[in-house]
Amino acid sequence: MTDEEGPRAAKRLKSSTGDVARAAKFKRGPEVATRRIEDKKLKGKLRHSERVVSEAQAAAAKVDEWLLPRDAGELEAEGMERTWRFSQQDIVGAVEVGAGRKAFDLQLDQLGPYSLDFSRSGRHMLLAGRKGHLALLDWQRSRLICEVQVKETTHDIKFLHNEQFFAAAQRKYVYIYDKRGLEVHCLRDTTEATCLEFLPHHFLLCSVGATGMLRYQDTSTGQVVASHRTRQGPCSIMRQNPWNAALCLGHGNGTVTMWTPNITTPVVRMLCHHGPLRSLAADSQGRHMVTTGADGQVKVWDLRMLRPLHAYLSPSPADSCDISQRGLLAVGYGRRVQVWKDALSSKAQAPYMTHRLMGGTLRDLHFCPYEDVLGIGHSGGVSTMLVPGAGEPNYDSLVADPFQTRKQRREAEVHALLDKLQPAMIVLDPGAITTVLREPREVQKEKQAEAEAANQARLAEQRGKNEGKKRMKGKNKPSRRQSKRQANIIEERKPGVKARMREQGVSAEFGHKQARPEAEVPADVPRALHRFFKK
Amino acid sequence: MKVKTINRSEEECTRSRAQDVQKVHRNLDPALHPFEKAKEYTRALNAAKMDRVFAKPFIAALTHDDGITCLARNPRRLNCLLSGSADGDIRLWDVPARRCLRRMTGHTGAVKGVSVTSDGEAAVSCSTDCTVKLWKVPFAPFDGGPIQEEGEAVLEFSGKHAFRCIDHHWERAQFATAGAAVEVWDHERAEPVQTFTWGSDTITSVRFNPAEPDVFATAGSDRGIALYDLRSNTPLRKLVMQTRCNAIAWNPMEAFNFTVANEDCNLYTYDMRRLASASCVHQDFVSAVMDLDYSPTGREFVAGSYDRTVRIFPFNGGHSREVYHTKRMQRVFAVRFSGDASYVFSGSDDMNVRVWKANASEQLGTLLPRERKKQQYNNALLERHKHLPEVARIVRHRHLPAPVYKAAKLRRVQQDSERRKTQHRIAHSAPGSVKIKAARKKKVVAEVE
Repeated sequence: MTDEEGPRAAKRLKSSTGDVARAAKFKRGPEVATRRIEDKKLKGKLRHSERVVSEAQAAAAKVDEWLLPRDAGELEAEGMERTWRFSQQDIVGAVEVGAGRKAFDLQLDQLGPYSLDFSRSGRHMLLAGRKGHLALLDWQRSRLICEVQVKETTHDIKFLHNEQFFAAAQRKYVYIYDKRGLEVHCLRDTTEATCLEFLPHHFLLCSVGATGMLRYQDTSTGQVVASHRTRQGPCSIMRQNPWNAALCLGHGNGTVTMWTPNITTPVVRMLCHHGPLRSLAADSQGRHMVTTGADGQVKVWDLRMLRPLHAYLSPSPADSCDISQRGLLAVGYGRRVQVWKDALSSKAQAPYMTHRLMGGTLRDLHFCPYEDVLGIGHSGGVSTMLVPGAGEPNYDSLVADPFQTRKQRREAEVHALLDKLQPAMIVLDPGAITTVLREPREVQKEKQAEAEAANQARLAEQRGKNEGKKRMKGKNKPSRRQSKRQANIIEERKPGVKARMREQGVSAEFGHKQARPEAEVPADVPRALHRFFKK
Repeated sequence: MKVKTINRSEEECTRSRAQDVQKVHRNLDPALHPFEKAKEYTRALNAAKMDRVFAKPFIAALTHDDGITCLARNPRRLNCLLSGSADGDIRLWDVPARRCLRRMTGHTGAVKGVSVTSDGEAAVSCSTDCTVKLWKVPFAPFDGGPIQEEGEAVLEFSGKHAFRCIDHHWERAQFATAGAAVEVWDHERAEPVQTFTWGSDTITSVRFNPAEPDVFATAGSDRGIALYDLRSNTPLRKLVMQTRCNAIAWNPMEAFNFTVANEDCNLYTYDMRRLASASCVHQDFVSAVMDLDYSPTGREFVAGSYDRTVRIFPFNGGHSREVYHTKRMQRVFAVRFSGDASYVFSGSDDMNVRVWKANASEQLGTLLPRERKKQQYNNALLERHKHLPEVARIVRHRHLPAPVYKAAKLRRVQQDSERRKTQHRIAHSAPGSVKIKAARKKKVVAEVE
């Protein structure tokens, strides 16, 4: 009883800083500043909505504080103990029986090495042996659901929207199987894929492989939504950023590129390592990315600022890495697996846990969602290790429920399809959707000034033109034009013409003939006969 | 060593018996709910689409033998509707059962107005045969079966001229008729108690104010809207508009406001204290508006037009929220809101009274709590995303009959060119020399005391 009371009381007594942090978790950005708004109706509406939002946040924080049924797992060392020295046997021995059963070893040394995948609720596990052994397990109950031998090299395997279907990247094509292990589809568009990723909110199956072609295929309609040429050669490292559904691809030249289906070029391209990339992983809120390279570095990146945070050096280049729901980092190389705690936002000094694989060398590792379990695929089969504090202890039944019934699953499938997001909605900042893209004030002013200047220039030019032109009525008549043309010619010739005229004794006045001197006509000649007196 | 890992037992997380409801655990941590804005937007789009998909407003048609000229609802009963037709026939309808309870024959001319008394037990009707008749109105019984009794008039009042409209007082045993003059009658007297005239033209519509028992308003074919007080012998004020008003209705919640249905395709809402300018102009019709009726909530009203459509307007909105039409519906002459504001009745030339839902996509019947919640959620989503172009486009979209669509387009072109012309005129005249009259004042010709 006292054990129950202790932490609760402590919780209650804790200062309000904890509450503030908790409330901050539910905050979706800054409040709207309503003070300067003059429209009273709008102001009232905004204030009301702000109040509603803040009340909802407070309520959510309260729920978070008091009503969630479970606390996260933990591993604490006492005295001279160190957490990384605890072996799996120690931990399994110390935890409850049900939890201890979750650590197991599957010895499958014929068809390995194995890659694996967990379903979104963490209940099911998929195995894919390199030599074509596919298996779907309800691993928490140690039940094999289906098993197939496809007799073909299999590179990768992924669950689709629920545990009913999964996709496997085989030697030539990508195949989709159902939970009985029957081949449902063969995606002949995607050839030689080595990496698969499924975007569950968009129903997009993404694949990249030896051809360096990144393909997005909608699994609800079957359409190929986009296919991008990465132009970086064969690619075998792909992970999604679960926060914005951008795909991160690791390349042989040490770069990481991020892709969305809407843009044919990478939205982000960053040089992460000297030498080829080995693996990468992004955390669930899109804050950090971890890359491991052949140069032996394990680097942590800030995904929002696209900046390196810090780097760790692994004894030999890490082959695989993953980040758990609560931010634990697992890194594996050879026969070793290390788990790091608080290694993303700050630089950790020592690993949280270490583990040595007995069965073989590592191929793939994944944290199981909603469980304190790390699944490891290696050349000798598949094993799991307990990592206290890795998984989110409280699941949301409407998001992913490990104890989902058939009816609930069907309901959830329909709802997921109704809420399916369009591929065009994949952007780097998922909060930008439904907001007005507003330019910064300086840019606005600059643009305004530019437009104003251009307008002024145009007006000035027009005015200059208008002034040059003399607008007078009737000036543009054809006859006038003709005469003007003539006039101009004569005007040009004017000096010469004038000189000649002077020589000939003609008046310089253009167009006026000088009166010729009258011929002598005798006075008695009648007027009618004057014309016969020629000059 | 202190160690603890997640260990959920299935018994704890699931229901214990098959009869129980499934356990639902929520965790509101934003990390578990990515893409919340995109999801909300998608849901809003879906809600808008659903809203349009389920918009099936037409419920029933109740048939007469001639064109419908007037409708009346019973203030005491939700399920009763009275309709008068051009052949002198009045029918009492049991709306939920869609059957005719009683036919009231006796008028030899077209029935022009029906109104139910305040106690809901009698109705008065007026006709072009210069008579007003008072009928007993039975309540619709709860048991089914076809009832079609012929009804006889209880009282008959004869006037000197053809009547065009009638309105019963909501409190007293009085009613007002409109025709060549406005006359106020008492149930006990054979002759009108009071007679009002102003000018010589016919009055087409009369309505008592729902709050002030002595005040009523009329609209006439002399383009005038007049306000009267029973305590004085002369009309109070009169407003002359550019075109004629066909009908008038008071807002039941803001009883100083009334709306008139005008011949110029628009409706105008006036404040009776300030007649110089309309407080709102409601446009969208493309032909004369024939009748209107306020919802009992006072937040919206329904209007029917000569262009064969029925529209529902918000009381303060310039454009209609909803438009109803069918292939067979002809010119609409009478419209009424039901007493619970959830249905709309329209009577048209094609001898049918049509029953419509006031909210086209509303689900009829009792809603389960979950359905109601979902509906509220959808409405909130639509409200929140209504300014987004894609959502707004879907919500705004209405199919219109081709003639109405074309006429509306033509009207828009005309109005645009008019506006452009005015702008040009302003731009090329001395500042301040062009006076623009607001649309709310434009149609007011004169205000007479």
